[in-house]
Amino acid sequence: MGLRNFLKLRANLLTGLIVLALCATSPVLAQSELAPAVYSAAYKTAAYYSLLFILFCVFIVVIGKVFKLHDLNSELQGKKSKANWNKINGALFGVFLIAGLFGTYWSYSVHGVMSHSVSASVHGDDIDSMFNVTLIITTIVFVLTHIALFGFAIKYPNSKKKKAYFYPHNNTLERWWTIVPAIVLTYLVVLGFFTWKGITEVPEDEQKKALSIEVTGQQYNWTIRYSGADNKVGARNYKKTTAANGLGIDFSDNASWDDKMADEIVIPVNQPVRFTINAKDVLHSFYMPAFRVQVNAVPGMPTHFQFTPKYTTEEMRTMENDPKYNYLLLCAKICGSGHWNMQKNVRVVSAAEYQDWLAQQQLYYNDDVKMELQMAQKSVVGDNKLALK
Amino acid sequence: MSGVSTHDSTAVHHDDHGHEHHKETFISKYVFSQDHKMIAKQFLITGIVMAVIAMLLSLLFRIQLAWPDKDFPLLEAFLGKWAEGGRISPDFYLALITIHGTIMVFFVLTAGLSGTFSNLLIPLQIGARDMASPFVNMLSYWFFFIACVIMMSSFFVQTGPASSGWTVYPPLSALPTAIAGSGLGMTLWLISMVLFVASSLMGALNYVSTVLNMRTKGMDLWKMPLTIWAFFLTAILGILSFPVLVSGVVLLIFDRSFGTSFYLSDIVLNGNILPNEGGSPILWQHLFWFLGHPEVYIVILPALGITSEVIATNARKPIFGYHAMVYSLIGIAVLSFIVWGHHMFITGMNPFLGGVFMITTLIIAVPSAVKTFNYLATLWRGNLRFTPAMLFAVGLVSFFISGGLTGIFLGNAALDINLHDTYFVVAHFHLVMGSAAIFGMLSGVYHWFPKMFGRMMDEKLGYLHFWLTFIGAYLVFFPMHFMGIDGVPRRYYAFTEFEFMQQWLTVNVFITWAAIISALAQVAFLWNFFHSMYYGKKTVQNPWDSNTLEWTAPVEHYHGNWIGEIPSVYRWPYDYSKPGHNEDFIPQTTPFSETMSSNLPHDFEGNAEAERIQAEWLIQNP
Repeated sequence: MGLRNFLKLRANLLTGLIVLALCATSPVLAQSELAPAVYSAAYKTAAYYSLLFILFCVFIVVIGKVFKLHDLNSELQGKKSKANWNKINGALFGVFLIAGLFGTYWSYSVHGVMSHSVSASVHGDDIDSMFNVTLIITTIVFVLTHIALFGFAIKYPNSKKKKAYFYPHNNTLERWWTIVPAIVLTYLVVLGFFTWKGITEVPEDEQKKALSIEVTGQQYNWTIRYSGADNKVGARNYKKTTAANGLGIDFSDNASWDDKMADEIVIPVNQPVRFTINAKDVLHSFYMPAFRVQVNAVPGMPTHFQFTPKYTTEEMRTMENDPKYNYLLLCAKICGSGHWNMQKNVRVVSAAEYQDWLAQQQLYYNDDVKMELQMAQKSVVGDNKLALK
Repeated sequence: MSGVSTHDSTAVHHDDHGHEHHKETFISKYVFSQDHKMIAKQFLITGIVMAVIAMLLSLLFRIQLAWPDKDFPLLEAFLGKWAEGGRISPDFYLALITIHGTIMVFFVLTAGLSGTFSNLLIPLQIGARDMASPFVNMLSYWFFFIACVIMMSSFFVQTGPASSGWTVYPPLSALPTAIAGSGLGMTLWLISMVLFVASSLMGALNYVSTVLNMRTKGMDLWKMPLTIWAFFLTAILGILSFPVLVSGVVLLIFDRSFGTSFYLSDIVLNGNILPNEGGSPILWQHLFWFLGHPEVYIVILPALGITSEVIATNARKPIFGYHAMVYSLIGIAVLSFIVWGHHMFITGMNPFLGGVFMITTLIIAVPSAVKTFNYLATLWRGNLRFTPAMLFAVGLVSFFISGGLTGIFLGNAALDINLHDTYFVVAHFHLVMGSAAIFGMLSGVYHWFPKMFGRMMDEKLGYLHFWLTFIGAYLVFFPMHFMGIDGVPRRYYAFTEFEFMQQWLTVNVFITWAAIISALAQVAFLWNFFHSMYYGKKTVQNPWDSNTLEWTAPVEHYHGNWIGEIPSVYRWPYDYSKPGHNEDFIPQTTPFSETMSSNLPHDFEGNAEAERIQAEWLIQNP
């Protein structure tokens, strides 16, 4: 009886499947003459995948029906062999636990290695050790709580014979698992607080000692300005922006006269560098993952990040065993359609190499700018004359 | 209290009388319904539709990320100029992630979750005939619906939908010349958001006043199920934080349309010097995250409430540490208002302020940890019934742990320097607020489907749905952490231009396949949901042997929920498997006088008379 029903059902399903297949392929038939060959191929692939999915659904339906028939059959024959889904799901949680723990281990050892990089800055080591402490603590908690969670799921599946243990509360236990996380978190907070303070709060005299470089973000590139001999970048006024003076440098401030342009960031190793970050148009984020450095670039509000690079690019290339390795500056704050490719090369070199390189860089206060300034001057004078007349 | 209740019951008799004459039309029953149960269903189905849309959007950008060098001519057939040559354009990619985030956070996990379950459960679980103001409740849904329509309509404007990320940071969102999506699309986004906030405020005010004023006889605050506590606190969070978003949005509208400079200063865009001076883009971030951070708790608290209820019912055990659970909910709710700065550690905000926000942020992990341990203790020595709802609840606990732990990294300002705006963040919030909250919502749908539609969902399809989604979600989001640690920023259109990102291209393909499979698994849910609505097995009144009040209401829906008097409540909702009782559950409506054999001393809360009666009974029945 059950079998006949089952066959009938399958016949119905097959008819349905054919109808569905026709529906799925009809756009192909309709379009193939009009659309170019690529389209027809695309539709065919799409139809193929849809059919595959529908077949899979049919498969699921058939399995479902088999289960139902099995259950009905056992009911009719008075047997109690109904599938115990509580036990099955509990066991599946067990499988998930083992597979999950293995997957976590695999991911840590494969992806973890892929994502691991040596910190190329002094403060980066503090961040990395902070990270490792947090990683160890959280991994322990992650594993233990999941063993408990899925372990209980395996151990206590429902049965009509037993009753759950009435256990509404236990103040001692609750006190413990409030206090212990609180202590662990306090430890992390204190450690984090001092790491953070050490990185961001730089004493004024150390700020002055550091090499001062300004980086300005705009859609979709970075402009670099070296501060020159006075180690001071000159003032800016965005209203003075012109074609020749893209940054709107205020040349009435003589600190700006020795400011230099560069098409890559070159910094000397083992020497503190203080970056001043600006933005011309929208928000950007000055992000150099190898140095563990990030700060937003905000229009109208200069931000700062000071750090000391530890390894030259060459040293890093040997350490990473990658002759093409380069430090990079990327943009990490959504800034428009070119956000995904707003990069700048960063080179860490020895102090001597740095001086040589810097000597070759051009001044911002160049002939174009001077000419533009003179023109502006003239027109102002001209206006004044007009006004006098 | 008793006075109120008598008044109530007479009012109902009057109502019943009225019902015989009043004929409900299709419009008043299904469209402009003022019945909280119907409004809940409206919220749910709109939420599901929006979730499916947002999920499809995510598949589109996942395809781009996995195969950045491949053409998909089919995409051009559907998307036209946004996928010219079968490749999604960078602008449209940003629109996709923006609208995906907006829909998921606001329309699905805020309105779809709170709107559905607060509406359905608050009156039913506290014993009220309806919301305090059914009319405002109806308005709340329709404002939400219009907000959805406006948001979706932005796909049909020339310049495309808003595309500056779901946080719409100005100046990018304020300047149409900076990105095409900041044109009309952004205006629609802002209008939609104002309507959405109005909707959620109307909802929240209703929830709070209903919970405070309309509880049935005997339902004091400490007898409310944790679901109600969670919805109540969520509503308070919403009332206090959403208006701040509106103020931010209004200022942004001013900046965009009336030439003010709240968020704009010193801008030179495409060679044009803009006149705006004195504003700060950081101001928007403060206003946005003052809502935005409570918002993530607005998303997760109802899910936690639902889970508490589902776990207790299906473990056949009282929730462990009911009071601790309530106090941690309150603790999370209060603290959620003083942690918003952890989204802004590296904006250039004063580092000392960053330090303070780091402390408050890590403190909030304590009540979250307490909740997790209490869930585990509830499962311990339970009699676990793995209904689909229970599976999803267990899944939520797992995601809540995983996502919560990665939050400890991000809440640490020092670590945030290198993790901010990377895939680590994406992984973190998709686990804790994406996966966990969605699992809470699905758990609620499976659990209360019989209450909503009078029919049962298919369990086996539910199992299939759970396992595919659970495994799929972990496969999608777990590897992303490592990409973030390596320094891959989020919202990147392709990883092809950076040498160091090449190694993640294959991982991206893997993630996309996992996402496609999890998305297909939702077909099992959608089929189950809509098919069971009409053809599911008819339910009995209390299908899960649950204690809470909603299961004492008849299966058929009445406007007013109970025929005759509203039942009174005598005990807390978690008397499962109480020793000495013949069944493993005792509904809240069962007085202690009917359960003499199982009463415990602390049940009487120091009521001397009750204790005396119990003592006498014990002597007579040794």
